[in-house]
Amino acid sequence: MIRIEPRPQPSRLMSYLSPLIAVALTLVTGIIFSGLVGMNPLDAFHAFFIAPIDDLYGLGELGVKAAPLMLIAVGLAIGFRSNVWNIGAEGQLTAGAIVGGGLALLFYQVDGVWVLPLMVLGGAVGGMAWASIPALLKTRFNTNEILVSLMLNYVAIFLLSYLVHDPWRDPDGFNFPESRLFSDAAMLPVVLEDTRLHLGSVFALIAVVLGWVFVRKSFVGFQMQVAGLADSAALYAGFRRRRMVWIGLLVGGAMAGIAGLCEVAGPIGQLLPSVSPGYGYAAIIVAFVGRLHPVGILLASLLMSLLYLGGESAQMELGLPSAITGVFQGVLLFYLLAADMFINFRLHVVTPTVGAASGKAAS
Amino acid sequence: MNEETKGLQPRLELRGITKIYPTVVANEDVNLKVYPGEIHAVLGENGAGKSTLMKIIYGVIKPDRGQVLWEGREVQVTRPAEARRLGVGMVFQHFSLFETLTVAQNIALGVDEPFDLDRLSKRIGEVSRRYGLPLDPQRLVHSLSVGERQRVEIVRCLLQEPRLLIMDEPTSVLTPQAVKKLFETLRRLAEEGCSILYISHKLEEIRELCHNATVMRGGRVTADADPRQETASSLARMMIGRELPVCEHSVSTAAGPVRLLISGLNRKSDDPFGTDLKDIHLEVRGGEIVGIAGISGNGQQELLVALSGEKPLDKRDSAAIKIDGVEAGHLNAAARRDLGLTFVPEERLGRGAVPPMSLSENTLLTGHRGGMVRFGLIKERKVRDFAEQCLRDFDVRCGGVQAAAKSLSGGNLQKFIVGREILQKPKVLIAAQPTWGVDVGAAAAIRQELIELRNSGLAVLVVSEELEELFEICDRIVVIAGGRLSPVTAAADTNMEEIGLWMSGLFPGDGERERSDAVADASSR
Repeated sequence: MIRIEPRPQPSRLMSYLSPLIAVALTLVTGIIFSGLVGMNPLDAFHAFFIAPIDDLYGLGELGVKAAPLMLIAVGLAIGFRSNVWNIGAEGQLTAGAIVGGGLALLFYQVDGVWVLPLMVLGGAVGGMAWASIPALLKTRFNTNEILVSLMLNYVAIFLLSYLVHDPWRDPDGFNFPESRLFSDAAMLPVVLEDTRLHLGSVFALIAVVLGWVFVRKSFVGFQMQVAGLADSAALYAGFRRRRMVWIGLLVGGAMAGIAGLCEVAGPIGQLLPSVSPGYGYAAIIVAFVGRLHPVGILLASLLMSLLYLGGESAQMELGLPSAITGVFQGVLLFYLLAADMFINFRLHVVTPTVGAASGKAAS
Repeated sequence: MNEETKGLQPRLELRGITKIYPTVVANEDVNLKVYPGEIHAVLGENGAGKSTLMKIIYGVIKPDRGQVLWEGREVQVTRPAEARRLGVGMVFQHFSLFETLTVAQNIALGVDEPFDLDRLSKRIGEVSRRYGLPLDPQRLVHSLSVGERQRVEIVRCLLQEPRLLIMDEPTSVLTPQAVKKLFETLRRLAEEGCSILYISHKLEEIRELCHNATVMRGGRVTADADPRQETASSLARMMIGRELPVCEHSVSTAAGPVRLLISGLNRKSDDPFGTDLKDIHLEVRGGEIVGIAGISGNGQQELLVALSGEKPLDKRDSAAIKIDGVEAGHLNAAARRDLGLTFVPEERLGRGAVPPMSLSENTLLTGHRGGMVRFGLIKERKVRDFAEQCLRDFDVRCGGVQAAAKSLSGGNLQKFIVGREILQKPKVLIAAQPTWGVDVGAAAAIRQELIELRNSGLAVLVVSEELEELFEICDRIVVIAGGRLSPVTAAADTNMEEIGLWMSGLFPGDGERERSDAVADASSR
């Protein structure tokens, strides 16, 4: 009989290594899979992980996809650290895109340097407004923020869909469900020649730095961590739980909103019925692979971005279905959670006879 | 060996028992013999290895080395059920009873063989009468006092007709009167031939009750003694390696202004098995220590969370608690700390400290008022200085300010928390069980510190279940029973007997009130 039992002393080193182990296992699984379906594993590996980034443009694309993941994951991690489970980043991203993009459409004939900052602000406000709904319901009625924020994702996506199908549809767009193209003043400038890497990637790096300061240096960040680790201790010290729920959700909402705005004012350039390939969900994985630490999130978002690119490249070069990206994301999260479980627990083979039952401590 | 045990075969013998944990040697080469009919004390401070040893006997823990002999035959006890089959019963310090079930149902859960509930109830009645442990099998456990719950645990063991009964710190939850009754029961059991292993760190009790004592320190046996031939101080020397420290306690000088005022505090408990607070009045002045005595579960928890601000009162009841003259009932813990209150809670890990965080970070938890935060950012230098001072001044033994709170022993963590709360220079300090689980030396240091604080003009409120402690440090004592407070009395004008009686709910000015169920056990029957 095999029993799972807690380890006396979870290893600190392993908690940093477990994302790497998860990545390695994901690679092995991918290679085995491609072998099983009759492909040359090396070709598959090359198509997935090398081909997408073997030129400058590819590296730029890596940044284009990593930027929203980084932004969102840094924001989510702040909430996650205090056990505020915001699963609604996809909806907050969409709300940010609606408000920020709406401003771009409102001022499409205006050519001012203030348009873009206003849109970024609008994106943040939109995301925060959307995140304030679960925050309000949780602090007032003690609802579960996981359910509320998750279900609001669908509401936001349908709201955007309605807007681009009717009121905000491009009058010269042959009835396609798309808004006007944003004016140049409403577009994020490209920061690297010959790529699509836009200003949003700079925002993402700033977010990483600010996130690090918040987590490591600020008193509010400390309070939120205490609340996440020991609720009674937070109560004992008089830290206000409600405030932390608000901060956790609003910061996450603001970051997701900015990410949404950066998508529509960056690579997309207009409002479409769908503005995100699931960045809001993937960022949850990114936050955990990055150990809820801003620097870890920086690395994890690059990895996740590569998975997106690899999935696209595999579709084109190997004719694989688009679901391949989701499969890899799922496999990665699965291995991460499994590796994390073995940090805190170990398998223990129990035999009914006396004596065999004393596992030596791992240290 | 004693006269009465000479020549007999020991009922239980331990030879060279050793148990090593990754960070600590819990037992090293421990030898122990318990004879039939003997009450054998195992004496030692917290962390001396007593509990580990008992768990080895009871089959909860497997030793790394050594032999266990039961009536001369070597046995391997790997599960409590096997220990029970041999005839070992154990009454744990913390009970494992279901509050919503009756006494009989609770006992039935622990019976290994098939049973009939009616017949079991009858046997419970018989056994409890025979040993002077009155108990109604049909009562629901939540309506029982702590003393009565302990009785359920004892009766549960006695039903198995044990030949060795292990009692782990049994008196820490009892009034002095209830302790006397327990001792009668234990003596009676011993006369019938049952061996008793009695775990305690209370020297007087052991001298009164036990025939033999094995003294442990740091996982090793340091002495075997006949406690009836020893004095409390000679036993203390064996236990801690030096004289039992005593606090210097002068009579309180002129009382200062009222720092903490509780007037007409009423509150229903959220917990269906909790205690409602009824009409609590109390004032604590600067320069005095007021002690609240009582058996646990009589409203201490409810009173403490109301005073600390962890569960603030409604706004309209705000005047029921005043800190330094300011209405504070509706304020949360942080706002009350701003008024000059600090609080040492009973639970250290998870409440008084965040287990995985370093001591430095745990300093910040409540100590952040002393200029540790500027512009919302943490000034790490200041935090570290404070934490280092705390470790130095309060002799906290650990791996430095970066050590995680959970890596400290209970006593050292308590010293850290007490130190952190004292160094903030409060006006009012509330301490719940300040020396619970702390070794004797450290306990004396903490008590001395509380007295120093009083001398410097602070108002100190101590809630404790240890009467000796309260009499050692308090200027005035009050008893909480069934959610009510007794009259306040000067410590010098009363004695343990009287306070013990009050703890059972019988106090003056309370004649017409019904005695609460929750405290019904300690009165003489």
